Amino acid sequence: MNHLAFVLSSYGVSLVVLLGLVAWLLIDQRAQRTELQRLEAQGIRRRSQKAQKP
Amino acid sequence: MTALFIRDFRLALRAGGGALVGILFFLAVIAVVPFGVGPDLALLSRIGPAMLWIGALLAALLGLDRLFQADRDDGSLDLLVMAADRHMLGVTVLVKCFAHWTATVLPLVLAAPMLGLFMNMTPLAIGATALTLLVGTPAITLIGAVGAALAVSLPRGGLLVSVIVLPLTIPVLIFGVSAAYGATTESAPFLAPFLILAAITLFFAVIGPLAASAALKFSTD
Amino acid sequence: MTDTAAQPTRLLDLANPTRFLSLAGTLLPWLAGLSALVLAAGLYMSVNAPDDYQQGMTVKIMFIHVPFAWLSMMCYTLMAASSVGTLVWRHPLADVSAKAAAPIGAAFTALALITGSLWGKPMWGTWWVWDARLTSVFVLFLMYLGIIALSRALDDPAKSARAAAVLTLVGFINIPIIKFSVDWWNTLHQPASVLRAGGSAIDPTLLRPLLVMALGFTLLFFTLHMMAMRNEIWRRRVIAMRRMAARRADEKGEEA
Repeated sequence: MNHLAFVLSSYGVSLVVLLGLVAWLLIDQRAQRTELQRLEAQGIRRRSQKAQKP
Repeated sequence: MTALFIRDFRLALRAGGGALVGILFFLAVIAVVPFGVGPDLALLSRIGPAMLWIGALLAALLGLDRLFQADRDDGSLDLLVMAADRHMLGVTVLVKCFAHWTATVLPLVLAAPMLGLFMNMTPLAIGATALTLLVGTPAITLIGAVGAALAVSLPRGGLLVSVIVLPLTIPVLIFGVSAAYGATTESAPFLAPFLILAAITLFFAVIGPLAASAALKFSTD
Repeated sequence: MTDTAAQPTRLLDLANPTRFLSLAGTLLPWLAGLSALVLAAGLYMSVNAPDDYQQGMTVKIMFIHVPFAWLSMMCYTLMAASSVGTLVWRHPLADVSAKAAAPIGAAFTALALITGSLWGKPMWGTWWVWDARLTSVFVLFLMYLGIIALSRALDDPAKSARAAAVLTLVGFINIPIIKFSVDWWNTLHQPASVLRAGGSAIDPTLLRPLLVMALGFTLLFFTLHMMAMRNEIWRRRVIAMRRMAARRADEKGEEA
């Protein structure tokens, strides 16, 4: 039946958009994390970390 | 406050012939409509009020980014914000809005009847549209003040202001056009949408300057 | 905590996001797992749900469309609450929360519009009607995009957060007016003939999967929101640390 196509496509679109959102968040997360680790490896500390362990 | 009004009014008039450009833009928009929808006079007279409203809305948005820009450029915006303990900043913004409206939007309202003739509208419809424009366009300027205040620190905020402000002006457009139609068609009411339009203008006369002054304070400190 | 009280702003600013990060680290796997579980259960229930006698199997679109529409409004409410937090208390997490929520809210609103359109085509015979509800959701979508555009346009995160907060609150005040005006406009232009076929109460066999799906998507939303907030905090730290690195390189260059 033709209605099935509409149902499937609406579920499909939702799945694609939500997966895209999750993928974007995960990629962003990895990028920020590696950048953070790279900077920390260079020995750069934020002010707060200095305050905590001088 | 009167001094500020006169100063802003002069400034808006002088700034690159602001009012004239607005009217020309309005004229151009209205002149383009018949080429888009065809020279059918009956159709034109039916969509006339709506077209006048949309043209006035776009033309009013066009000059909005200049509301605080000139003051920011010469530094007087900081003075106005700092003077906030003497007069409330919201009142200052309100006065600036009315000066801007008188200088750039009021000419549009006055030009609307002439453009209405192009659209083959009846005198009654022209009068009703001009009246609704007179009551409704201050709301556009007042909402726009919020957008202009938010985008004041951006180098090219003009387009962004329009994008931000347009969704918020939908109620004004709806009630303005339906009041204009209500005056000409038998079945639709005129007074109810007209009064709601006036209420929206008064409502934004409070909300708009308050939000705009908050945005200005945040952007300067 | 006495020394925190002595210099309240700076230390609280830094302590809170750190605490949030550790909280998010422990909470996120559970939240993600729970939302996946509830969504799977909801999906199973909605596949097995009976077809509506009027709408046939297209009623299954309701199980995702209604949660999306609901979440699009909840997300805006959350952003408005965060904006109050930004403007009144200048809480550092509030503006992170508002900024992280905007793209997710826009995505959910877009999904509500798309699934609604896909539901409308077989039911009403058209992809789009200027129905009051559709129009207001569409305006909501435009407002999300405006907020995102504004917060991306300004460089300084503190300034952009406050500007976006003002815009969010003005929009929040405006939403009832827009809703009311669109209702007015709709009754003026369209006599109520196009839709509202099955306005009756929903059958419990359909209501139960709907509620489970709504719960699942709400959990999903909070999972995504927490992830986005964590990313945003990390991004700000990276920017701060880059600045420090540049300053240090500058100092070294002067010494040498």
